[in-house]
Amino acid sequence: MVFNRKKTETDTPAAVAEDEVAAQGVTADISETAAAVTAAAGGEAGGPLLSSRTREMFGYVAWGLGALIVLIMLLAFVGVDLGWPTRVGDNMLDQALDPQTAAVAVAVIGLNIHFGYTGLLNMGQAGFMLLGAYGFAISIVEGVPLLFAVVIGLLASALFAVVLGVPTLKLRGDYLAIVTISAAEIVRYVGRATTFNEHTGGPQGIEGQDFRGPVTDLSFFGTGNFDIGSLDYILTGANSWWMRAVAWAVVLLSVGVVYLLVRSPWGRLLRGVREDEDAIRSLGKNVFAIKMQALVLGGLFGAVAGMLFVLPSSVVPDSMGRTLTFYCWTALLLGGAATVFGPVLGSILFFVVRILVTGIADNTVPDSVLNTQQAGQFGWIVIGVSLMLLVIFRPQGVLGDKRELRFNA
Amino acid sequence: MGLRWLALLFVGLILAVPTAAHAEDEPCRASAEQGCLTGTLDTGEEKLEGVDVLITPVDDKGAPKVGAEPTTVTTDETGRWSFPFTEAGRYQVEIVEDSLPDGVEALPSENKLLKGPGNSVVVNGQLGGLASGQPVILGIRSEDYQADSSDWDYFLQSSVNGLRLGLLLALASIGLSLIYGTTGLSNFAHAELLTMGGFTGYILVQNVGLPLWPAVALVTVICGAFGWVQDRGLWQPLRRRGLGIIQLMIVTIGMSLALQYVFQLIDTETIRVVTGIPESVDIGPVGITYQSIIAMVIATVLLIAVGFVLLRTRIGQATRAVADNPALAAASGIDVDRVIRLVWTVAAAFAGLAGVLYALVVNGVKWDSGLQILLLLFAAVTLGGLGTAFGALLGSLIIGYVVEVSPVFGMPSDFKYATALVILILLLLVRPQGLLGRPERIG
Repeated sequence: MVFNRKKTETDTPAAVAEDEVAAQGVTADISETAAAVTAAAGGEAGGPLLSSRTREMFGYVAWGLGALIVLIMLLAFVGVDLGWPTRVGDNMLDQALDPQTAAVAVAVIGLNIHFGYTGLLNMGQAGFMLLGAYGFAISIVEGVPLLFAVVIGLLASALFAVVLGVPTLKLRGDYLAIVTISAAEIVRYVGRATTFNEHTGGPQGIEGQDFRGPVTDLSFFGTGNFDIGSLDYILTGANSWWMRAVAWAVVLLSVGVVYLLVRSPWGRLLRGVREDEDAIRSLGKNVFAIKMQALVLGGLFGAVAGMLFVLPSSVVPDSMGRTLTFYCWTALLLGGAATVFGPVLGSILFFVVRILVTGIADNTVPDSVLNTQQAGQFGWIVIGVSLMLLVIFRPQGVLGDKRELRFNA
Repeated sequence: MGLRWLALLFVGLILAVPTAAHAEDEPCRASAEQGCLTGTLDTGEEKLEGVDVLITPVDDKGAPKVGAEPTTVTTDETGRWSFPFTEAGRYQVEIVEDSLPDGVEALPSENKLLKGPGNSVVVNGQLGGLASGQPVILGIRSEDYQADSSDWDYFLQSSVNGLRLGLLLALASIGLSLIYGTTGLSNFAHAELLTMGGFTGYILVQNVGLPLWPAVALVTVICGAFGWVQDRGLWQPLRRRGLGIIQLMIVTIGMSLALQYVFQLIDTETIRVVTGIPESVDIGPVGITYQSIIAMVIATVLLIAVGFVLLRTRIGQATRAVADNPALAAASGIDVDRVIRLVWTVAAAFAGLAGVLYALVVNGVKWDSGLQILLLLFAAVTLGGLGTAFGALLGSLIIGYVVEVSPVFGMPSDFKYATALVILILLLLVRPQGLLGRPERIG
């Protein structure tokens, strides 16, 4: 957030139009939350290192940034053409609703159960996703019915969680981090190895059209195109309204499940383990079993996320490596760990803000200094630096409660 | 056992996105309007030039499309071929066997999903994507590959390579382990220091024009300075602020991500510190370059020096005291911050040195090489015992050796890195404190 400040200061005239935004449709809703929330992020940023004056300034900047995001996405939606700003807005809108954004949101919901509620340092969420995706895709290619293919993907991921949990959950938190990150890489190595080419397709993976069929067959959307505002996709197919509907329905369902779970007695146990293992143990609870249940449950969300992630594209092991895990972490911390909606908001913000930064860098800095490809890389540098600043200055993210996050798993 | 699999070499090089400077030499670049299939034919011994690759557009059932002409492309001197197209769809890619040199034959694909008739594969060509094109893997086999090497020679050669990798890993992991020991931080950005060493060496030698070994020395100094600045500017203030260990760890993840893309801004391809074929010497059946020998000597000397400093000098004792118990060390009059500053500086310097040597003697570094190296480093320090310097040394030698030697015992070379990680996970089951760690409660 802080890093974006430099960018927005030149662009804040856009903030004037903020009010117009309030009463719009679904699209505006999503982005408006983003605005309010981004504002909050800046508003309370910092601890003893920042004076209240600086914090106030960050607050205004964050409001401006949020308003800017909403405004240009809205303008793009209604079809106003202002040159590159609305083109960037168009990309942001497209990305915000993308099925893969939804997939990452589900993965982050799983990670939130691990880290946000239970305090487990899972650094291998992409491994859970990849296993879910392979389990699902290979089963379908082999002719297994859809429902069983999903179950096989879930089982693969659950088994992975148990195998990783047994040696590490009794140890200090960083052991789980090191083992999960290693194991996720092993999954990727095995997936891209030519030895199992016959099933996994090696580095080239499994093409979407080989396993997408059973899901698109379920569609009752019909065929043809449908457009609303600037959004124009086919109704059924790879990059379609149907895929978007399925993916976001799963997100809603996941949010609902987590909402109910964390308010249950079991959810309180999770937080108890996060806050003080010994206290929970002294109440006669089996801490190891609780951690294992959380690890498996979060892993199951990871597996579902993996399936959603590959449905619109294909299973490519290298696209689900450690970097994806890091994106999930950034999204989680951005939205707010240990909150129900934080993961969803964080995932949308993560992708949208990156496109905004890249778009601004690409279009305002001359090509001789930063060409398009380099602007993309610059966007990732900003993401990395934002992650650092976020953890230092606002560890609770946009929606979180600082008291919930003492981070000492 | 046997070496039958050795003869099978599937080489599909995923070539990185070329930089703007090389753009004009690029035979084929993907863009929004154009897609590109590409691959490299390499038997592992030689890159095959002048081999024809036949590309036919086919329909979903694999039959040639009506009215679409097949195209023949030929590999260049690096064994690379590429094929531009403007229409997305399925393409059957096949090696024309008559154009292969004697003693090399094409193999049918083992990938059921991609396999086409004969030695061909059928791929889904898409527009856009990687600018350098979609990699396509074609199997080729050199018929006489196993003729001139025996199991034993192969074992010796791998052992020497393993020792070399182990020494370089040790150089980097001692710092990682000492940082962990003194501050409790698992530094996920440590391997980026290695990449930085490689890149700095590349810039000093290729762009500035320094001779190799002075450049290596300078890299060590620069990286050490970077370590000092990091601790002064970032880690020390955060420690003072009382930021939790896990927060600090996530900060290192952000830093690793940012640094990687900084490297990508500099160059997106694998970089080599010196180009050209280095001189080598044959000792019995083992071939080794002089650069490798020098690198191994440097690493050994420095490792012995670190051991000496840790065991025999006051500052070494202070370091071990801080690693053991920072509060007690501070109470007994040790300047903990100064020790930690020194550890950061030395750790970064050694990691940078290991990086430039790695780039020099192993296979160059790429902006994301850190990802792979980091896992080996973590495996090494955990295997040896988190936080112990000598454990890191032992762990690194074991991991380096296992990674290079496991293919001799039949582990497919795709999995050689996975072997190290499997060993790590198995070890944690039976001896979670690591080989040299003390059996204390770490739960």
